[in-house]
Amino acid sequence: MIPAAFEYVRADSVDAAIAALTEHGDDAKLLAGGMSLIPLMKLRLATPTVLVDVGRLRDLSYVRDGVDHVAIGALTRHRDLEISDVLAQHCPSLQGVAGEVGDNQVRHRGTLGGSVAHGDPASDLPAVLLALDATLVAQGPNGERTIAVADFFEGFLETTLAPDELLTEIRVPKATGGWNYQKFNRRAQDWAIVGAVVVNNGSTRVSLVNMGSTPLRASAVETALAGGASIEDAAQAAAEGTEPPADLNASPEYREHLARVLVRRALEAAS
Amino acid sequence: MTVNGSSQSHDVEPRTLLVQYLREDCGLTGTKIGCDTSSCGACTILLDGESVKSCTMFAAQADGASLTTIEGLAPSADQLHPVQTAFHENHALQCGFCTAGMVMAVVSLLEENPSPTEREVRLGLEGNLCRCTGYHNIVQAVLAASEAMR
Amino acid sequence: MSTVVGTRLLRREDAPILTGRARYVDDLVIHGAYSARVVRSPYAHARIVSIDTTAAAAVDGVIGVFTGADLRDEFAAPLPCAWNVTEDLVNPAHWPLAIDEARYAGDGVAVVVATSPVIAEDAAASVVVEYEELPAVVSLTDAVEERAQSHSELATNRCYTWSLIPDPDAVDAAFASAAHVVRERYVQQRLIPMAMEPRGVTVVPGPMGDDFTVYSSTQIPHILKVQLAIVTGIPEHSLRVVAPAVGGGFGSKLNVYAEEVLCLVLARRLGEVVRWVEERGENTLATIQGRGQIQDMELAADADGRITAVRVHLQADLGAYLQLVTPGIPLLGAFLYHGVYDIPVYSFTCSGYFTNCTPTDAYRGAGRPEATYAIERAIESLATAVGVDPVEIRRRNFIQPDQFPYTSSAGLVLDSGNYEAALDEVCRLVGYDDRRAEQAARRASGSRTHLGIGVSAYVEMCGLAPSRVLASLNFGAGGWEHAQIRVLPTGMVEVVTGTSPHGQGHETCWAMIVADELGIDPDHIEVLHSDTAISHLGLDTYGSRSLAVGGSAVYAACGKVVAKARTIAAHHMEAAEEDLEFSNGEFRVKGTPARSLSLQAIALEAFTAHNLPDGIEPNLTAEASYDPVNFTFPFGVHIAVVEVDEESGAVELVRYVAVDDCGTQINPLIIEGQVHGGVVQGVAQALWEEAVYDDAGNLRTASLTDYLVPSAAELPNIETATTVTPSPSNAMGVKGVGEAGTIGSAPAVINAICDALAPFGIHDIAMPASPARVWAAIQESSR
Repeated sequence: MIPAAFEYVRADSVDAAIAALTEHGDDAKLLAGGMSLIPLMKLRLATPTVLVDVGRLRDLSYVRDGVDHVAIGALTRHRDLEISDVLAQHCPSLQGVAGEVGDNQVRHRGTLGGSVAHGDPASDLPAVLLALDATLVAQGPNGERTIAVADFFEGFLETTLAPDELLTEIRVPKATGGWNYQKFNRRAQDWAIVGAVVVNNGSTRVSLVNMGSTPLRASAVETALAGGASIEDAAQAAAEGTEPPADLNASPEYREHLARVLVRRALEAAS
Repeated sequence: MTVNGSSQSHDVEPRTLLVQYLREDCGLTGTKIGCDTSSCGACTILLDGESVKSCTMFAAQADGASLTTIEGLAPSADQLHPVQTAFHENHALQCGFCTAGMVMAVVSLLEENPSPTEREVRLGLEGNLCRCTGYHNIVQAVLAASEAMR
Repeated sequence: MSTVVGTRLLRREDAPILTGRARYVDDLVIHGAYSARVVRSPYAHARIVSIDTTAAAAVDGVIGVFTGADLRDEFAAPLPCAWNVTEDLVNPAHWPLAIDEARYAGDGVAVVVATSPVIAEDAAASVVVEYEELPAVVSLTDAVEERAQSHSELATNRCYTWSLIPDPDAVDAAFASAAHVVRERYVQQRLIPMAMEPRGVTVVPGPMGDDFTVYSSTQIPHILKVQLAIVTGIPEHSLRVVAPAVGGGFGSKLNVYAEEVLCLVLARRLGEVVRWVEERGENTLATIQGRGQIQDMELAADADGRITAVRVHLQADLGAYLQLVTPGIPLLGAFLYHGVYDIPVYSFTCSGYFTNCTPTDAYRGAGRPEATYAIERAIESLATAVGVDPVEIRRRNFIQPDQFPYTSSAGLVLDSGNYEAALDEVCRLVGYDDRRAEQAARRASGSRTHLGIGVSAYVEMCGLAPSRVLASLNFGAGGWEHAQIRVLPTGMVEVVTGTSPHGQGHETCWAMIVADELGIDPDHIEVLHSDTAISHLGLDTYGSRSLAVGGSAVYAACGKVVAKARTIAAHHMEAAEEDLEFSNGEFRVKGTPARSLSLQAIALEAFTAHNLPDGIEPNLTAEASYDPVNFTFPFGVHIAVVEVDEESGAVELVRYVAVDDCGTQINPLIIEGQVHGGVVQGVAQALWEEAVYDDAGNLRTASLTDYLVPSAAELPNIETATTVTPSPSNAMGVKGVGEAGTIGSAPAVINAICDALAPFGIHDIAMPASPARVWAAIQESSR
C-alpha cells in the first residue's frame, strides 16, 4: 500500500519543473493532483524514482475568456471547472463533464492537465476535449508548442508529450450549443464502461470513452449526420473504427452495443 | 501545516501518505484506512475546507495547508458539529469505521451545497462506502443537518 | 420511571466514534512494536520448492523472516475447524503458513517481521519463493468433476456429504404424482464480506514474560482465546483476548486466522510486540469469502400450486481449507428450504468440495439467504407454471397462524409466525395493486423501461443455538451465552456480557433491558464486553444470537438480582417477600407506599454485609448462563420494485419495502438500522457483487474498484415496517434481526427483474444481474 521510495522535488515554477524533468529523464514523473498517479504508485504499478510536484504552481490554475476561446490553466482542478462562470457561459460541455469525474474528493484535487496527460481512454475529460477539438499547450526545454488534441493521444496511457514537457494550458473553443454526456457505469464512482460525448458547435461532434486505447471521435456518426442521416441511423455507426476492450464489466460486443445506444441518447439529449 | 488549528511540523519520507502522517506522526487516528485503491473514502479529511482522500495524497503535498480531521470538527469539548449531532440523532453509524470519512465528506458537501436534495446527497456521497447502514440513515442525517445548519 | 425498552434510545456507542476517539486495532499505539507482513502465494496451487529469505532478512530494519517450516514447532495443533459435520469429513491439516504446498492464491508461505510496516512491505518483495505450479481446481464444477486435485495428498476434492431425507419414499411418490414440477439450478456466487475495517491483530507480551494480550479485530474474543490456546499450547490463563472497536464483521471476523496465530507465536518467540494489519488487497484474498454454492432445487406441486415436496441438492465450494465453520455453512440453511410454506415432504443433500480458492465461511445469513433464495425463486417458477400471481401462490402455501408451533418436514419446530399479516402489510405499503396497474400501463405503452415487482417471503432460524441441537449436528461448541450483573455500592450497575458487538449497539440495548428490569436510569448502567479479562465467559457474536441468547442471559441475571434484592429487602423492611412489590427500582410493602427501599440502598447493604439475612452472600451480583431452548424464527416479506432498461440491461432498484418480524422490540432505531444494512447486502449480491476468479485461480476482483460494494448513489431509501409476534421461546419474546434483511432481499430483487422481463420469456437471471448479463438474456430471448 505504500509506494516504493522516491526522491521528491517541489517545482516552484514551470521552468524549474522542466529543468527537473530534463535532469532526471525517464526516472521522473510529474505530480499534479495525483488522482491518477498516486493510486498506481500505491499498488507499485508505477515506480518513478523522482516525483516533480507541480501542485504549487497556482498561476497555472485559471479559466479565462480568451476572446475566441476559453483558456484553462493545466493545473485547474475539476472542481474549479465545475463551478466556473466562464465555462458556464462559454463552454458548458466541459463544465458538465468535469462534474462527472470521480467523486467530490477526486474533483477537489484532480487537474485537467493531469487527467489529459495521463492518457487513459476511460477518462471523461479527454473525450470532451476531443469533441471540442481543443488545443493543448505544452512547454519543454525548447520552449512552448501547441498540440491539437486529435494528435495528442497515441495509445493506452501514451501521449505525444515528451518526458521533459509539461502541459501548461488547454484551449477550448467557445461552444454554447447543445451538448450531452452519457456516462454508463454500474456505480456512480466508477469509470465509464462506455461514455459518449456530444457537442453541437456548428457541426455535431461525437467522442467516445473507453472504446479503444485512446479517446476516439465517432467519425462515422459525425459524417452520417453531416450527410443528413437521422440521429437513429447515424448512431448505428457509433462503433465503427473502435476497438473496445474486454474486462470484468463488459465484452467488446456489449461495449459496441452500448456505444450505439449512448451515442443515440446523447444526440437526442443534445439536440 | 495546520491540523485542527494546531501547527504540525515533521520530517517525513517523501512517500509518506497524508493519512499515515496524520495517524502516525500527528497521532490522530480518527481518520481510517479502508482500502488501497482510493475507493472507500474512509480516509476523507478537509484540506483548506474541501474534502480530499488523504490516502491519495503525499503528506508533502499538504505542506502549508490547513487540515481538519474528525478530531477537530467539533467546535469545543462539549459541543458537537451539527453533522455529528445529526449522525447521532439519526443512527447514521453502526460499527463506525466509515464514519469519520463520511462525516468529513458531508461537511464539505454541505459547504458547497447547503440545501441538497436527497438525490444530490446520495450522489455527493458516491465516494464514501459503508457496509453497515445501507445509507438510509446517513442520507436522513445529512438532510437533517442541512436543515439545522440553515 | 417509564419503560425504556421499546423506545428509540440513541446510542451511547456514538460519541467516541463521532469524535474520532474510538480505537480500532490499527489505532492502538504501542511504541517499538514490530510489524509483520505475510508473503503470499501468487499461484492457486503450487508446490513450494524453496524459500530463500536471505535477501529479505538482510534489509535494514528486518528482525527476521520465517517460513512455515521455521515455525512448525511453534504450533501444537493446526488451525481449527469447529464443525466436523460428518464422521468421515476430510480435514487436511491447515497450518498458519503453508509448508510444502500452497493451495490458493493468497495462501501465506512466509512472514517478515520488521521495525515498521513499510520496511516489512519492502522486504517482503525480496523473499524469493520457488514454486512449481500444479493443476488447480478453480471452480466448484472443476472440483465436482475432479478435473484436478485441490490438495496433492487428497484423492478426491469431496470433503463430505450430508443429507436430511426423513422419508425417501414419500419424496419419490410426491414427484411421481405431481401435477407441476419445478426443477431449477441456481448459483450462489462467491461474495467478499468487505467489512470496512480490514483485519488486524497486535500481540503484546506481558511484563511477566509468559502471558500475552491479543488485540484482534474479531467477533469472537472468547472462542479465539480457547483456540489460540489449543493451537499454540499457551495456557488459557496466560492469554487475554481483547476486541477493541471492531469495524464490521458480517461473519468474516467469526474465525481463527493464520495471522492471529502467527503474531502470537512470533511475539512469544521474539519477546516483543508484533502487529499485523491487512491491506484491502490482502483482505479480499486472505479473509474468508461467503456463499459459493450450486443449488439444484425441485418442487413438486398439485394442480392448484400447493407444494407437496421439496428436494434440494447442494454443491458447496469450501475453498482451499476448512476454516472455523466452513463445512457447516450450507447446513445452517439445510432445514429451511421449505421457507414459510407448509410442505409435507422434504429432501436435502449437500456435498462440500475443496477448491484452490480462498476458503469460504460465514457471511451474513450463512446458509439461510441461500435457502431462502432457492425457495423464493422456485415458487416464482411455480406461479408461472400454474398461471397465478406470485402473491397468490404464496398465500396458497403459507403455514397458517393456527398451525404454530409447526413441526416442519425438515424437523424444525417453528414456534410462531404470521406470514400472511406481513404479506398483507408489505403489499399495502408498496401499493401492490397500483404498482401492477402501473406495470400494465407501462407495458401497454411499449416503453422500453420495464417495471418489475418482486416478492420474497422468508423465515430464518437464528439465536444460535440450543446446545443439544448443536450436539446432534456435531458442532464443536455449545450455544449458551453468559451475563453477570453487579449492582455496585455506589448504585452504578455493571453488566458484563459474553457478546461481542461490532456495530449492533449491545451497550445501548443491554442497558435498556437492565434499566427496565432493575428500575435504574440507563445512564447509571455500564455494559462491559469484548475483553476476556473482564468478560470471563461467553460465546461471542454471530448468527443473530446476541439479543435472543445474550440478551436473555442479561434478562435472567436481572431476575436473579431482583430475587436476591427482594430477600434482603424483606429482611430489612421486616416484611414477607411476597408482600413486597418492586417497581421503579424500589421495593415497597403492598399497601404501605410510604416505606420503600431502593435497589441502590440494598446494594450498599449487600456490600457492607452489616445486616444480611442468613444464607445470603454479600454483594448484590448475579450471573446467568442461558442456553436457549430453541432457535428463534424471525420472518418477513419484502417487495422490491425495479426498472430495467431494455436497451442497456441496466437495472435500477427504485423502491424497497421490508416488513420484518423480530418479535419483541428492544430498540426500533437499532432494528431499522440492521434491516437497512442487511437488505443492502442482499441487494448488492443480486445486482453488483461477485468474487471472480480467472482460469488460473487468481482473484480478479481483489479491490473495491473491481468488487462492487454499492454506495448511497446506487440505492433508494429502504422502507421498513414491522409486525410483532413475540417468540415463545424466551422470556422477552425476542428473535434477533441482524441477518434477516440479507436473508430476504436477494430473491426479491431477482424476482423483480424476472417479473420485469417476463414479456421476453425470461424467468431466470444469474446473480449479480449486471447490465451485461441482463442485456445478454434479452438478446437470447429475442432470438
